[in-house]
Amino acid sequence: MHGRIRTWGPGALVLLPTVLLLGYFVYGLIAWSFNTSLTDRHTARKGPANYVGFENYGNLFTEERFLNSLKNLGVLTVAFIVGTLIFGLLWALLLEKGVPGESVFRSIYLFPMAISMIASGVVWGWLLNPSQGEDARGLNRLFEILHLGFLENAWWTAGSRWTTMLSIALPAIWQLSGYIMALFLAGFRGIPPELREAARVDGASEFKLYRHVLFPQLSPIALSALIILGHMSLKLFDLIYAITGPNQFRTEVPAVYMWNTLLRSDQAKAAAIAIVMLAVVAVLVIPYVAYTVRQESKE
Amino acid sequence: MRGGLSKTLALVGAAGLLAVSACGNSDDGGGSGDAAASKDVTVFTWWADGGEKAGLDGMVSVFNTECKDYKFVNSAVAGGAGSNAKQVLANDLQAGKPPSTFQAHAGAELRDYINAGQVDDVSGLYKEFGLDKAFPQNLIDNLTVDGKIYSIPANVHRANVVWANPTVLKKASLDGTKAPASIDAWIADLTKLKAAGVTAPLAISKGFAQEMLVEAVLLAELGPDKFIGLWDGKTDWAGGDVTAALNKYKTLLTFTNSDREAIDWPDALGYVNSGKAGYTLMGDWVAAQQLADKVPDTAYTYWPSPGTAGNFQYLADSFTLPTNGQNPEGAKCWLKVTGSADGQKAFNTKKGSIPARSDANPADYPKYQQVAMADWKKDKIVPSCAHGAACTLGQNNDILSAISQFSGSPDVAKLQSALGAAMKTS
Repeated sequence: MHGRIRTWGPGALVLLPTVLLLGYFVYGLIAWSFNTSLTDRHTARKGPANYVGFENYGNLFTEERFLNSLKNLGVLTVAFIVGTLIFGLLWALLLEKGVPGESVFRSIYLFPMAISMIASGVVWGWLLNPSQGEDARGLNRLFEILHLGFLENAWWTAGSRWTTMLSIALPAIWQLSGYIMALFLAGFRGIPPELREAARVDGASEFKLYRHVLFPQLSPIALSALIILGHMSLKLFDLIYAITGPNQFRTEVPAVYMWNTLLRSDQAKAAAIAIVMLAVVAVLVIPYVAYTVRQESKE
Repeated sequence: MRGGLSKTLALVGAAGLLAVSACGNSDDGGGSGDAAASKDVTVFTWWADGGEKAGLDGMVSVFNTECKDYKFVNSAVAGGAGSNAKQVLANDLQAGKPPSTFQAHAGAELRDYINAGQVDDVSGLYKEFGLDKAFPQNLIDNLTVDGKIYSIPANVHRANVVWANPTVLKKASLDGTKAPASIDAWIADLTKLKAAGVTAPLAISKGFAQEMLVEAVLLAELGPDKFIGLWDGKTDWAGGDVTAALNKYKTLLTFTNSDREAIDWPDALGYVNSGKAGYTLMGDWVAAQQLADKVPDTAYTYWPSPGTAGNFQYLADSFTLPTNGQNPEGAKCWLKVTGSADGQKAFNTKKGSIPARSDANPADYPKYQQVAMADWKKDKIVPSCAHGAACTLGQNNDILSAISQFSGSPDVAKLQSALGAAMKTS
């Protein structure tokens, strides 16, 4: 008996703080939020609240403003993930082919990661100024100078949901493509050179080499990138807040709406929005975790 | 074990507080730090720079001589026209750690705090400090909720002011010194300006600036009594007169700059000053901005927005006595300074607003304020929703969302029903 404690005791002791902190700050607070979302606590007033079941959720899913924010989020996520993957992979491919001064390019591509979203949001807010023609400023001014007038547009301030959210995704893509590039570059570098040589000896063209030998090796990295980008897009708040300000119907996503709701002390509704966001993240992450667990048990 | 955990929690909490205060405090006063020094009076505001900070500093110097027993602790949170500060304040209040006193817009916006039981009745202080006689009855009526008053205003601002550039107006042979008599007359003038080659004669910025224009149009078209009724539930938002007014707002928007969703009010004012636009509608804090930017008096004119002459659409910053706040005696001394003639003079001459007291001497104030003070005495006082006098935070939040939606895709029927629905929430 004494011996067994010796075996698992120290390990448990080391883990205990993590388990306690995680239990309280993550799972405990999720439970607390969920509990709040089932009540009628719509003011900051203290005191007992009544349970109303899933009424808050029912109200959310019949409310135009919330449904609009969900649709915005969907479009933003698609634009952001596709854009970042394309640019990340493209840059990784270019660097992987070998260029002089690679480390310089690597730093340039990775640099945006070092800037906080709120700071880049402020700058992109200016760049995405919707004035056109003579009054053009920001990116539109640049297009004007380069005689690319046809590229000028109103960015997020007019047009369809797609043009709006694509404009918002632009800064996010700029910021994270470098990170995805680093992931893919590490993946390329991790592939043993023998594989390439063997493929070349077998007479594979460059295209076939990438298509059948290299890309399949990168699929686990692509999957992790997808998960990372997916959950980041759900959390995008600072960037949108900095570019458009609060209460901007066109670009509102659930994270911003939750902030607005909390500002007016509607705690039950804010908690319900938080739980919906958590559920959306779970839809993304759970299949990934299941996949990884299955992969690991196979090995 | 327990002690260890609570210590860890305290550490994490402290880190969180640090993070929050690091976000915006120019003068980090430690927010709702520990009450070790019971002489501290923590004053929570969103006045962190510009004329606002100068005004606060002015009031602090009066506080330092009047209330020698206490120490002023600045707990200002910058940014977002107070929305960041309100979020921090809500957290502190929720956590049961209110500051000694906090800034809040007088009027309906205070209802949020009153309903949540977070502020105390200060009616007694009005008698004690003689404020019941110094403030106009009109204002006191506006501040009273169920027979009680919950805050002491430090200043009064006017919302319905149009600022114009006479040089630009001359291009279309318009007289900059006189306001158009109505919204229709204004639209006619705007049309002339556009014909004279000014592409966006009416400069406007995002969010609350558009809300202020909507309010100005509603006030002009419905008249003060029906306008006030919109906010207290006596006027029907679905009425035909509201539809007509909103249609005129839609027309006004066609004369505005295309980057209205991307800029703030100082930029819109810049368009007027630089001659790109003829008019902008903004509250009278513009006067302080023009002074700060050294724009000469002769370069701009101002008048009550068309059709609203004789109405003073007000908003007021006020200070409260939070329930269970730290150092209530010190807070009362701050409130006394807030309401006093000296305190209001020190504050308002710098912030570009006018004193709420009606016994102030106009000669102490710059040119614009003298005009505003005369109007404050004789005009009908009407509240503004954009700045919390007429509606609650929640209602304002919904209204702003509806107006931003309208700016992108103008649909009058949709805007009208959204505004009506917003006022039904709390």
